Amino acid sequence: MAKEEHRIVKGQVTVPYELALGRTWSAFYDFLKDERIMGKKCGKCSRVLVPPRSFCPRCYVDMDEWVEVSQEGVLETWVYVNMPFFAQEIRIPFISAQIRLDGSDSGFIHQVAGIDLNDFDRVRETVKLGGRVRAVWNPEKRGNILDIAYFEPVD
Amino acid sequence: MGNAVAIIGTGQTRHGRRTDLCYPDLVREAVTAALDDAGITLEDIDGVVLGTMPSMMEGVSSTHFYFAEAMGSLGKPVLKVETCGSTGQSIGHCGFFWVASGMADIVLVVGSEKMSEGDGQATMTTVFDPFFQRTFAAGAPGVFTMQSMEWMYRFGIPEEKGREAAALISVSNHDNAMDNPHAHIRMRVTMDDVKNARVITYPVRLLDVCPASDGACAVVFASRKAARKIGRKPAWIRGLGFRGEEFFYGESDKAVWMSATEAAGEAYRQAGIRDPLKELDVAEIYNPFTYQEMIFYECFGFCPRGEAPDYVLKGTFRKGGELPCDPSGGTLCTNPIGATGLIRLAEAALQVTGKAGERQVEGAKLALSHAMGGVDQFNGVTIVGSTL
Ligand SMILES: [Zn+2]
Repeated sequence: MAKEEHRIVKGQVTVPYELALGRTWSAFYDFLKDERIMGKKCGKCSRVLVPPRSFCPRCYVDMDEWVEVSQEGVLETWVYVNMPFFAQEIRIPFISAQIRLDGSDSGFIHQVAGIDLNDFDRVRETVKLGGRVRAVWNPEKRGNILDIAYFEPVD
Repeated sequence: MGNAVAIIGTGQTRHGRRTDLCYPDLVREAVTAALDDAGITLEDIDGVVLGTMPSMMEGVSSTHFYFAEAMGSLGKPVLKVETCGSTGQSIGHCGFFWVASGMADIVLVVGSEKMSEGDGQATMTTVFDPFFQRTFAAGAPGVFTMQSMEWMYRFGIPEEKGREAAALISVSNHDNAMDNPHAHIRMRVTMDDVKNARVITYPVRLLDVCPASDGACAVVFASRKAARKIGRKPAWIRGLGFRGEEFFYGESDKAVWMSATEAAGEAYRQAGIRDPLKELDVAEIYNPFTYQEMIFYECFGFCPRGEAPDYVLKGTFRKGGELPCDPSGGTLCTNPIGATGLIRLAEAALQVTGKAGERQVEGAKLALSHAMGGVDQFNGVTIVGSTL
């Protein structure tokens, strides 16, 4: 018997959205324009969270106090991405990273760059867990997370 | 825990690339198998619970409409529950709640996914927040690699040892899948194959990563009265736990992972389990990534924190070991995501009823099943036993 063939139909769904950042996150991006990274501090548990929260997820109280955190921090973890994914904004290879900015109590997700990313073995020598990294600003501010261009290793 | 609840039947499709069936027919293949296994018909079902991944996965929204006929729900109450990767455990819990409440005698629970029809990693990316973290998302491999790196660093696990243990998990899972006629990937691999496979997101390589599968699973939940009347040997729900944590990755500690730890802790309390390594006979853990499986061993109290690689390398979790894990070949060899957590539960039920065929763990009486969902955000655990 001949191998069964089954029909396939190609399709695509495209839907436009307009997503409101709201008061707290709009303010975060306003501060980024002035090259300041601001978190919110909880009046109850005293944690400083970046990105800022309008309320503390653990205490469920409003977070009213803005606190500026350092533009330097510790690299808590990272991943070297050299695979294309659909709708990826950043060109590969790139490094996704979790950074604990000094003065904050949460890991901030961004990218590590400013070094030659093409040779993975050299990347491993430069990018270290527990190492320090520093924000490098994008001269052009568009009101998105890439207003901080990337974090670079501090030697 | 409410009234006693039994699992009286399970059904799975042949998982893999199933272009021979449209999506609703795939669901029906699992439902038919579960009804046959339970020895009941659709007339016996009081209600139906369905779960899948987000609509972006196959491009059809609200699949409980799409599957209404295939899951036999015409004229019956229907619930849809979705919690990303942990969906399969969530719908199992939902079936339990419905019967335990006394509001239904027999409930059919269905989980499914047809990964070959969409872009799984693009769908995963839409689970990330749109303002801060999505820009840096690299699908599931990106986030699970970040978690594994952090865990190894935190506990001072040498890269070589982590690599060796993860490779052994891959070899064991692939060996086990050879015993499972439903498994998607059925091939033997060697330690060298795993260690030399193509890098996905370093140190994670191709054979450390699950496939994208088409597949469905159905499980029939029944009250004690209904289970007695049907008269086949059931698996009893002994405990369940589900926990979530913060949405933003980085806000909670993924190296010790509260949601996984406490979901298991809650299930253990209900089941009266104090020493899971000794008391459990088998575990079906949601392991789309080899490295991550070791974090689960620690969260579930199978071994002390930071020591999972040592236990893995001793063979503790292999076939014939102290606590065999994933005798089905696990998520690593079969991952139709919306079904996967329910497959874990179905496999656990097969084990404690002695119906697991070639993959049976001799004399298994108490089994743990688990699933994880979102960007490492949710974890669910269900424990089943051969007695109540
Ligand atoms: Zn607080």
